Amino acid sequence: MVGKNESAVNGVKSTPVSTQLNLKSDLFSNFSLKTLKLKTKQQELLIRVTVLCLIYVLAFITRLFSVLRYESMIHEFDPYFNYRTTVFLTQHGFYEFWNWFDSESWYPLGRIIGGTLYPGLMVTAAFIYWTLRFLRFAVHIREVCVLTAPFFASNTTLVAYFFGKEIWDTGAGLVAAALIAICPGYISRSVAGSYDNEGVAIFALLLTFYLFVKAVNTGSLAWALASAFGYFYMVSAWGGYVFIINLIPLYVMVLLITGRYSMRLYVAYNCMYILGMLLAMQIRFVGFQHVQSGEHMAAMGVFFLLQVFFFLDWVKHMLSDTKLFQSFLRITVTSAGGLGAIALGVGTASGYISPWTGRFYSLLDPTYAKDHIPIIASVSEHQPTAWSSFMFDFHVMLFLFPAGLYFCFKRLSDATIFIVMYSLTSMYFAGVMVRLLLVATPAVCLVSAVAVSATVKNLTLLVRAKSKSVPTGSSKGTTSSKASSKASFDQSLPFQRNGAIALLFGAFYLLSNYATHCTWVTSEAYSSPSIVLAARGSHGNRVIFDDYREAYFWLRQNTPQDAKVMSWWDYGYQITAMGNRTVIVDNNTWNNTHIATVGRAMSSYEDEAYEIMRSLDVDYVLVVFGGVTGYSSDDINKFLWMVRIGGGVFPVIKEPDYLVNGEYRVDKGAAPKMLNCLMYKLSYYRFGELTTEYGQPPGFDRARGVEIGNKDVKLEYLEEAFTTSNWIVRIYKIKPPNNRW
Amino acid sequence: MAGVVPRLLLVLLFSVITQFPLLARSSSLDLQITNAECRIDLTSQIVKVFLTLKVENTGTSPASELLLAFPPRQVDRLALVKAACTVGKKKKKTYVPLEVKPTELPDAPNDTKLFSILLLNPLKTSETATVEVLLILTHCLEPFPAEISQSESQLVYYHDSAIILSPHYIKQQTTYIKTPSTKVESYTRVEPTNHAGTQIIYGPYADRPPYSFSPIIVHSENNSPFAVVEELVREVEISHWGSLQITEHYKLAHAGAHHKGVFSRVEYQSRPSISGVSSFKHLLARLPPRVHSVYYRDEIGNISSSHLRGDSRKSELEIEPRYPLFGGWKATFVIGYGLPVEDFLFESPDGRRYLNFSFGCPVVETVVDDLTIKVVLPEGSQDPTAVAPFPVDQHLETKYSYLDVVGRTVVVLKKKNVVPEHSSPFQVYYKFNPIFMLAEPMMLTCVFFLLFMGCIAYLHVDLSLHK
Repeated sequence: MVGKNESAVNGVKSTPVSTQLNLKSDLFSNFSLKTLKLKTKQQELLIRVTVLCLIYVLAFITRLFSVLRYESMIHEFDPYFNYRTTVFLTQHGFYEFWNWFDSESWYPLGRIIGGTLYPGLMVTAAFIYWTLRFLRFAVHIREVCVLTAPFFASNTTLVAYFFGKEIWDTGAGLVAAALIAICPGYISRSVAGSYDNEGVAIFALLLTFYLFVKAVNTGSLAWALASAFGYFYMVSAWGGYVFIINLIPLYVMVLLITGRYSMRLYVAYNCMYILGMLLAMQIRFVGFQHVQSGEHMAAMGVFFLLQVFFFLDWVKHMLSDTKLFQSFLRITVTSAGGLGAIALGVGTASGYISPWTGRFYSLLDPTYAKDHIPIIASVSEHQPTAWSSFMFDFHVMLFLFPAGLYFCFKRLSDATIFIVMYSLTSMYFAGVMVRLLLVATPAVCLVSAVAVSATVKNLTLLVRAKSKSVPTGSSKGTTSSKASSKASFDQSLPFQRNGAIALLFGAFYLLSNYATHCTWVTSEAYSSPSIVLAARGSHGNRVIFDDYREAYFWLRQNTPQDAKVMSWWDYGYQITAMGNRTVIVDNNTWNNTHIATVGRAMSSYEDEAYEIMRSLDVDYVLVVFGGVTGYSSDDINKFLWMVRIGGGVFPVIKEPDYLVNGEYRVDKGAAPKMLNCLMYKLSYYRFGELTTEYGQPPGFDRARGVEIGNKDVKLEYLEEAFTTSNWIVRIYKIKPPNNRW
Repeated sequence: MAGVVPRLLLVLLFSVITQFPLLARSSSLDLQITNAECRIDLTSQIVKVFLTLKVENTGTSPASELLLAFPPRQVDRLALVKAACTVGKKKKKTYVPLEVKPTELPDAPNDTKLFSILLLNPLKTSETATVEVLLILTHCLEPFPAEISQSESQLVYYHDSAIILSPHYIKQQTTYIKTPSTKVESYTRVEPTNHAGTQIIYGPYADRPPYSFSPIIVHSENNSPFAVVEELVREVEISHWGSLQITEHYKLAHAGAHHKGVFSRVEYQSRPSISGVSSFKHLLARLPPRVHSVYYRDEIGNISSSHLRGDSRKSELEIEPRYPLFGGWKATFVIGYGLPVEDFLFESPDGRRYLNFSFGCPVVETVVDDLTIKVVLPEGSQDPTAVAPFPVDQHLETKYSYLDVVGRTVVVLKKKNVVPEHSSPFQVYYKFNPIFMLAEPMMLTCVFFLLFMGCIAYLHVDLSLHK
């Protein structure tokens, strides 16, 4: 890795002639370190490479808090599915994986895994695993999966460095790499164990952008090809590729409008779009969407527009008569626009081009999901972002960002226009949805890096200007003239140097504050696996609640192999991955009706629910209950979403039945339907006998801080099969139907 | 006198035709058990039977073999037979172990299986000797009822015979059965029979002919943990760099009466004395001293409930499965630990090295149905041979671990029905050249050297086409 950096840096920096010189000097420097100029250059290279290496390592190790605090394990919900599929891939090979029909989820429908997932992450992890195995490193696939995200975060820092170098200079590149290495917005999705698509996708996203900008800057087919492959990797890894396929045409459009059309742009975009599209079609989940879906049409439109532009350019070149050209331009533009509009209209009307999906709409209109798709709105990471989370995730970069934009506008180029557009659009999306802060993070880091780098560079120039009296060896014409001009400038403002020093200290203070904040956030907020809960005991000792795994392992060991488990969809992936049992619904919320059926069962009376569960062939019901421990994200607190989603499909379920004067409560004043629905009964079964807190009556719910309203819960059709030691997970068995005689 | 010579001749002829053991046996049947005391311990899931047999040679020729007989059903469950004879008087009484091996007898009824005990010195006519026999039986406590609910306690059947099944004539015999609690549902009466406290006494019975059998059933309460390891794979990896890494894969099950119906956590928490008495949630593993880097995990991650205590002589690991084990419930887990290699690896006088390690399962009071021990020798070791104190199945495998090129030889030892009494040391001998220890560091060094060389070369060689 190190060697590669060094060489790349070298190659880009110097023209062929100076390479020769450099090379010779490199050879000589071993013997004589006298040549001062070369020595500084080498020192610079050495420092740069060392800093990059340190950043690379830092980005990796700062994400290991969770491994040290807890253990090397997979976190949260979705990563468990990714882990399960990766294990399948490594055990059965790629073709089996591609054709895998999973009968363990979405019972009785099943799920075609190969056709409904982005395989990039799994293939990457499996590839790393196979490579290590080939080199005879006896690693377990779990370790590979756990460390995939930190590894790719490290790689992202390298890409950020090159990207920063491309848009500004090497200094900005280094700062960008350092900023992104510890930025909480990125760490939140790439700590060790967070084995999710985003882990590799951010790397792929930034790589694609970098390569595209490089292609635009150089006009080289090779870079454009590379960016097409980067795009392919991104498409294979994450659904967020739609952002790329819309941002790049938008960028091209802006360049066209601002009159920055060039042959370089033409080459870069055409190559990237055509090849990227063809490659993306190889992913089964994406298929022909690039030519059939409304979300991808912008790219195609810009592609044709670019051809028209090229054609007009050519005609203009051929025609010397401007008047003739003007009329030709008018005709061509009108007819091209008309043709495009007709094609789009016909395509949409005939259904060949699918309309925008709900998820896409909810991005453009933040209120859309709340009214139309409760299942999207119910996910906490799809909520609009609060200001505090911006501050939490970006910290000082929130102030550096506008400054960076200012610097970018001051030195407009194709590359800076790109980064400005990227940062502005992604900032908008970050405002719409919490999870999209992640997409904005690299842009914010890059723009802030420009600000930091430019400011610090200017300030150090000012500081160094006075101390020029001691002649340094670098007697380059430009530097000295600049220095002298600064010096003369200096005299007019006597406090400038002191001011610069103060400002430098200020910048240093800000950045060190940022580092402290990032470390704190990483260790406190983003390194919890959420499977294992930790709390402080009464004596300040650490108490671990490992109830989830207790329950899943119980399911795995002590239920029949073909048992069907019903739970709210949040736990579906975990049950299949850790419990190895069939589930009715899971986190891949592709069938709303199925989820609504489960929601309906949970919010019905027991006998009605029994009918529904019999019809779904359910054997066990699993609920999560935090009343004993005070764990607040349990099923009772999620219950209103079940009612809403259930009621969205089955109008029998009405939200007001569960509320009292619009208020959601579980104590004596709760609605009668609430007190007798299945979810309530399963959560509070025999809870009325338990004293949870000293000085409180039995049946005191610690998560909600009330005494429950229905202490005498009787179950007729279900029986308690297992409850974990802290009552967080409760599993019930469905009794077989009674004999009639 | 005249009759003796032809008889001897006949015997000689017989021994020529058949084999030597039969000769011995024909004489051993002259042995008579003058007094037999049988103590059966039912307190745990492992049934221990202590037999004290006083034998006398009533025949004319010296007898060297004492026979033990077992009904076929018991033989499958017989984990261990050990015999010893007492030497010396009261003060200086020592036990000398005797050799026990399975044999056959043509006239044994109904597939009775026999074991012969080779006496220290052949008994001459009318000489007596005392032989102590230890039998260990597993899986012979049958839960009845076979399914119990959480609040019930576990009752088990024990089938046996009031009189020892023996090819020898028994003059006098008493059987003592020790039950785990005073609660005995029922027991077969074979007069004289006495029940007092935790003991049932059958006998004394006098003058029983060979192969007498009087079946008895004892139905008693037994709430001791029925922890059965259905499958245990212990992997011992030797590294000459100073560490012995042991990984043990357990498939644990509660083999008692199956749990029926509801598991109520509130009952289990609030009334531990009457709720789930037959379940268990702790296990104790006795590990060798100076154990380090212990872990306890399963397929889905670390299990946080374990404690390690240790002093200079032993280490005790208290482990708690993720959930309490009720009848029929299962749990799989892995225990791993490291040990200093100098405590277990030695050099034998002929220059070979050998590993001296304990056979059996470190978890106390468990039965292992199927035990596999894999000894992973360092890469480059040759001629492995294993020496175990009892018969085991052996074969060799190859395993690839970190940076292996040719793979490591694995000596695999297998044994069924293992009880704690099997925890005696076994040895694996192998030849090893210490130069192989340097192979892996050298490989790594070479790789890094080549890497840096490559970097330097890349930086200093100009590959551009146009100058």
